[in-house]
Amino acid sequence: MRETKPPVTLGLDDETTFGGQVKPSYGSTDIVEFSGFNLWYGDKHVLKDISLGIRSNIVTAIMGPSGCGKSSLLRSINRINDLIPSCRTSGVVNVKGENIYGPDVDVYELRKRVGMVFQKPNPFPKSIYDNVAYGPRVHGAPQEELDKIVEESLRGAALWGEVSDRLREDAFSLSGGQQQRLCIARALAVEPDIILMDEPCSALDPIATSKIEGLMRQLSERYTVVLVTHNLQQAARVSEMTAFMYLGEVKEFGSTKDVFENPQNELTENYITGKFG
Amino acid sequence: MFKNGERRSGGRALVGRLVYALALLSVALSILSLVVILGDALADGLPYLTWRFITSFPSRFPSRAGILPALVGSVWLVAFTALFSFPLGVCAAVYLEEYAPKNRVTEFIQVNIANLAGVPSIVYGLLGLGLFVDTLSMGRSILAGALTMTLLILPVIIIASREALRSVPKLYREGAFALGATRWEVTRQIVLPEALPGILTGTIIALSRAIGEAAPMIAIAALVYVTFVPLSPLDRFTVLPIQIYNWVNLPRAEFRNLAAAGIIVLLVVLVAMNSVAIAIRYRHQRKAV
Repeated sequence: MRETKPPVTLGLDDETTFGGQVKPSYGSTDIVEFSGFNLWYGDKHVLKDISLGIRSNIVTAIMGPSGCGKSSLLRSINRINDLIPSCRTSGVVNVKGENIYGPDVDVYELRKRVGMVFQKPNPFPKSIYDNVAYGPRVHGAPQEELDKIVEESLRGAALWGEVSDRLREDAFSLSGGQQQRLCIARALAVEPDIILMDEPCSALDPIATSKIEGLMRQLSERYTVVLVTHNLQQAARVSEMTAFMYLGEVKEFGSTKDVFENPQNELTENYITGKFG
Repeated sequence: MFKNGERRSGGRALVGRLVYALALLSVALSILSLVVILGDALADGLPYLTWRFITSFPSRFPSRAGILPALVGSVWLVAFTALFSFPLGVCAAVYLEEYAPKNRVTEFIQVNIANLAGVPSIVYGLLGLGLFVDTLSMGRSILAGALTMTLLILPVIIIASREALRSVPKLYREGAFALGATRWEVTRQIVLPEALPGILTGTIIALSRAIGEAAPMIAIAALVYVTFVPLSPLDRFTVLPIQIYNWVNLPRAEFRNLAAAGIIVLLVVLVAMNSVAIAIRYRHQRKAV
């Protein structure tokens, strides 16, 4: 097991800390590594001995039937599971080489590095501008840089053209698909390395879905995208790597092409061919 | 086949119509009794409701008696009660809803707050008399009265504020946490602004209750005759319900008319406060569309 680095706060620039621009010196291409990771909600063992490496700058899809633990796995990467009081974990999750479940980890800084987009678009009841500016403000971005950050983030989420002249309007005036892209812009605004997406299209119509899928491809050039989906076609369309989960275990993990065309595990094959799911 | 002379659904349809009639009757009865009470007060009191009545002190002579000290006393009382109960109630609700671990102790506190909301107001009056007036030697002052009223309405404010906080979607909180906000930032920047209209509405309704309460103030203020306007929170005072109560008990018939005029003043204050609550809620609803 790797040694745990000291706690990190904004402004420190140890070369292996969150927020540092320097990649970990022990050069692994896996930006997120689970090893022997377990998670319980109360007595319920939700994630069982997960070991999985997620490469940077690609889209990795996690699929599986409802209740298989795919969302819990995703939510372990930014420790938003911590919000559930009965949640316990064991094992290691390294993000950029650092065990995020180690002692003295700054979860707020972690969540700055690991953005998240939710199942249902959840803009704050504020203006479009204030939604995007929320994260940078929390992390102390200077006022004069906000305009630039907001514009770049909205451009990054392919929303700028549609909202540039109405930034002060209520975020709820946008359509569902636009709201979801706003949530992506909001996540981009704090300059994360990793973006977690928890079934981001499940509440959207097909046209909005295809826009978001295109966006995921585009985002993976600069960011690491981890996508949870129950939509097989979506996993096939947008991801380079695919993990198949079943009852809290990763049953298969490989390139999306291999997993779909030549699954090694019988369960994966059954799931992909629609025998259950 | 639907025109079969005998209606097979006759029995069930009859029950339906009966329930409808009963529901209508209940509404009619409540409105009727309200109209009767209001009409009675207006008929008795309106002729006596003059500017002189509002700006005069109580007097042995009905023609010279006015409600000024009671009105000012009520305003003082409500202002100080709001000052104490709002921050305390909101902070308690924020703790219970956002910070407290979900365990037996929290549950125990919850149940007890609900119970406190149901304790008769005279009990709070006696508590205030013992605690604030005597033990803390505040005397029969506005301060002692406001603190007593604070105890009385605190449970209501806490319960209403918790409802309001709970109605803020979990998705907003998660969204903010996922951006690296701390719990306090999430609470202050996302949750509280959303919950504020509900909190304010609950607070104003609780304060309206305070302004109409006579029982605890009889224990605290106890003054029958106040011939001065209270100028500081440490002054003695009387409030509208006590003044009204006093007049009703006097033998001369004109005093009953004065009491009715006092009731109208009290009702106007209550309606004004509730309108503010409704306005806040209405504005918020339009914003959410």
